[in-house]
Amino acid sequence: MHRIALAGPTDFKGWRDAARRLARQGVEPADVVWTVAGESSDLFAAPGLETPAATAPEGPAFAVPRAFLDLAETAILHSDPERFALLYTMLCRLRTNHDALEDSVDPLVIRLNGFAKAVRRDIHKMHAFVRFRAVETEAGECFIAWFEPEHHIVEAAAAFFARRFASMRWSILTPERSVHWDGEILRLSEGVDRSAAPGEDALEDLWRRYYASIFNPARLKVQAMMSEMPQKYWRNLPEASLIKPLIDQAERRSAEMVQSATTPANPRPQRARPAPAEAKEAPAMAGTIGALRAEAAGCRRCPLWAPATQTVFGEGPEDAEIVFVGEQPGDQEDLAGKPFVGPAGQVFDAALRDVGIDRGRVYVTNAVKHFKFVPRGKRRLHQKPNVAEIVACHVWLEQELQILRPRLVVALGLTAVRSLTGKTMTLASAREQKLQTETGTALVATIHPSYLLRLPDEAMKAREHARFLEDLRRVADLARVA
Amino acid sequence: MDMLEKLGILADAAKYDASCASSGTDKKHAPAGKGLGSTEGMGICHSYAPDGRCISLLKVLLTNACNFDCLYCVNRASSNVPRARFTVAEIVKLTLDFYRRNYIEGLFLSSGIIRNPDYTMEQVVAVAKSLRLDHGFHGYIHLKTIPEASEALITEAGLYADRLSINVELPTETALTALAPEKSIPSIRRTMGRLRLKLDEAKSEKHLKHARRFAPAGQSTQMIIGADDSTDRSILDLSASLYGSYRLKRVYYSAFSPIPDSSLKLPPRAPPLMREHRLYQADWLLRFYGFEVSEIGGKGGMLDLDIDPKLAWALANRDRFPVDLNRAPREALLRVPGLGAKTVERLISARRHRTIRSDDLVQLRLPLAKLMPFVVLGDHKPSSLLDSERLSTLLRPKPTQMQLPF
Repeated sequence: MHRIALAGPTDFKGWRDAARRLARQGVEPADVVWTVAGESSDLFAAPGLETPAATAPEGPAFAVPRAFLDLAETAILHSDPERFALLYTMLCRLRTNHDALEDSVDPLVIRLNGFAKAVRRDIHKMHAFVRFRAVETEAGECFIAWFEPEHHIVEAAAAFFARRFASMRWSILTPERSVHWDGEILRLSEGVDRSAAPGEDALEDLWRRYYASIFNPARLKVQAMMSEMPQKYWRNLPEASLIKPLIDQAERRSAEMVQSATTPANPRPQRARPAPAEAKEAPAMAGTIGALRAEAAGCRRCPLWAPATQTVFGEGPEDAEIVFVGEQPGDQEDLAGKPFVGPAGQVFDAALRDVGIDRGRVYVTNAVKHFKFVPRGKRRLHQKPNVAEIVACHVWLEQELQILRPRLVVALGLTAVRSLTGKTMTLASAREQKLQTETGTALVATIHPSYLLRLPDEAMKAREHARFLEDLRRVADLARVA
Repeated sequence: MDMLEKLGILADAAKYDASCASSGTDKKHAPAGKGLGSTEGMGICHSYAPDGRCISLLKVLLTNACNFDCLYCVNRASSNVPRARFTVAEIVKLTLDFYRRNYIEGLFLSSGIIRNPDYTMEQVVAVAKSLRLDHGFHGYIHLKTIPEASEALITEAGLYADRLSINVELPTETALTALAPEKSIPSIRRTMGRLRLKLDEAKSEKHLKHARRFAPAGQSTQMIIGADDSTDRSILDLSASLYGSYRLKRVYYSAFSPIPDSSLKLPPRAPPLMREHRLYQADWLLRFYGFEVSEIGGKGGMLDLDIDPKLAWALANRDRFPVDLNRAPREALLRVPGLGAKTVERLISARRHRTIRSDDLVQLRLPLAKLMPFVVLGDHKPSSLLDSERLSTLLRPKPTQMQLPF
């Protein structure tokens, strides 16, 4: 029988050194007794149990998964006296089966994970339920708390308080250990009695008032509270004295609210003046793009407005000679409220630069002015607008063109072709034909720049890009000639 | 009015906002010896009220005076509740005093709309600014954002806050027009869109040395459940669209609660707490379990109140079962009633080492009555029960007799 005396209940290094040596000596878990200095171990104190272990021959060194060390470091803080032995059993098992920890339904794995979980929870609850009380001392204001953890966690929980209350002087007193911070160094000391902690803090009245006021008596869920804030913590929480009276009164308060007659409106309402922000903007002149944009902002001609952020109207100077018409705004355009600012917009801008067209001199808009999409988790998948939606939105495009009277219209993609000509055709045929808008303006059809983003094949992408630039050069030439 | 009374009024006025989360922000803390506060990634609930809600933040209004007359709201212009207002310095001091005693993770500040949106937003931002700059406060700050506030104020809010939120309040425009006539859905959506663009930008610049900070814990929103007649389906559709469009961290569902001094037009009634609970479950299915709204919308657009939405889906889709826990892919396991996301990971890890049997499920303390009819194990095949009409009756809670004859 091997008797290992650890220096304290959280002596991870001592356990690790001993466990490593015992494992290398091939000692069976059943042949080890683990004790902690200072804890009652009379049963095993018989001198016959001591073993001159260091002299036994040791086998080769071995490695364990990182996850085991993490688990052991946490689980060893548990108050269960069996923890050292169970961890050693696990260690021995890992020597023959390196992946034994992954067997997450194994009883030992479940038990050790349970230890670690209980310890983490206890640390978390200590972070949550420590309540400092301010005390005036000769050295200035000092904050002192009394806490009773379930496991041996004071040291493990202390760093959090040092990070958080960096500029304060504080102490947390517990029955087993106490910890102190002076603004620079964490210091541990012996545990103390509850009577060493200060009895009250004037601010607790404010805290209790807050606690009572934030509680909604119409939603009583005592069980939910109890499972997260078990009664064992209550004696150190200043607000806990309110829990019972609040519960007792809840039903009556709630019933009173439901049954009480509704009251007539306050004769002197808190209203200063109606202050909607929209009122600031002066209405745009009728018959201008500005007026049209304002009108389209409230468009409900098809259902696309409902899930979209906003109408994305056209943009550009009113004397623009070229109007570019895309399909519909995308994700970025929908958020920003501007056409062609997303990835496709960047391709478009670069192409315009390449052929020498100034985006500031042209008008850019879309055939459909709301983004059509289906949500998929944290993104939105673009959906092609259908004919009904294209037709519903056509009024806006039509009026934009009436006001702008451009020399040339460019359809980017087939949705724009459909809207501008009222006809459905393939891009190949649209590119070949000499097209006109319904009102007789010259029309050039090309791809939508997003098409280039979707092509997986690099060679094809290069070819299509070249053709796109060719189309745009023709646009630049036509605009010049016209 | 003394501080105690003010705090009573302004905390009472803030309690109908369900959000109290302090999670998900970047990890930061005050340098040793200087400043105060830290955020550690995972938030902490410092207390729980008897309504089961976590108390993590000091959740108060700057003032409960308000120009708006939203009928469901205790602070509406026409309500007769007493009014109060904190000064910026008072909230700053209160936050620091509470924080130093470890009562809270930080501040969640909202306000009634007074004078105009920009003035109100300015006051809210001034509190956060003072906490950060004058007091070196590194704790959590959540600011309610006023949709009509100027671009500059929103940018500044994001600089000091960890989280920003705008409440959509009601799922449809009809309901909003009827109950909150001054609020506007387009304005709310536009600002959520503005926030997302700023959040995306801050994220993409994160690696840069002088990246501008913008609300690292993202944005969230809240919907009131049961004040209007919207269906669960329309609520979940809106949630899915908001998650997708604005990358919200959370949509909070808040059962319409009776308030003191309720409006004649919206009489008080007991809050539909179970409905709220089912909506949260459905929300989780959408975000973490691979479900679509169209699969869990419920009969007539309403979720079943008696059983959870995953079980309801399973009962309606028996052809997808039984699922073999030893072989089925993760996506199929996630759809089994009674298996949470963590349990699924455990089973996947364990089945590489052993054949999973009924005893193993007992070890994991899983709800066997719910689970067993839907799964195949090393030592278990579901009985004909899976095809039986009785299954649904068996898995529903027994009706209890509420009143006994005297």
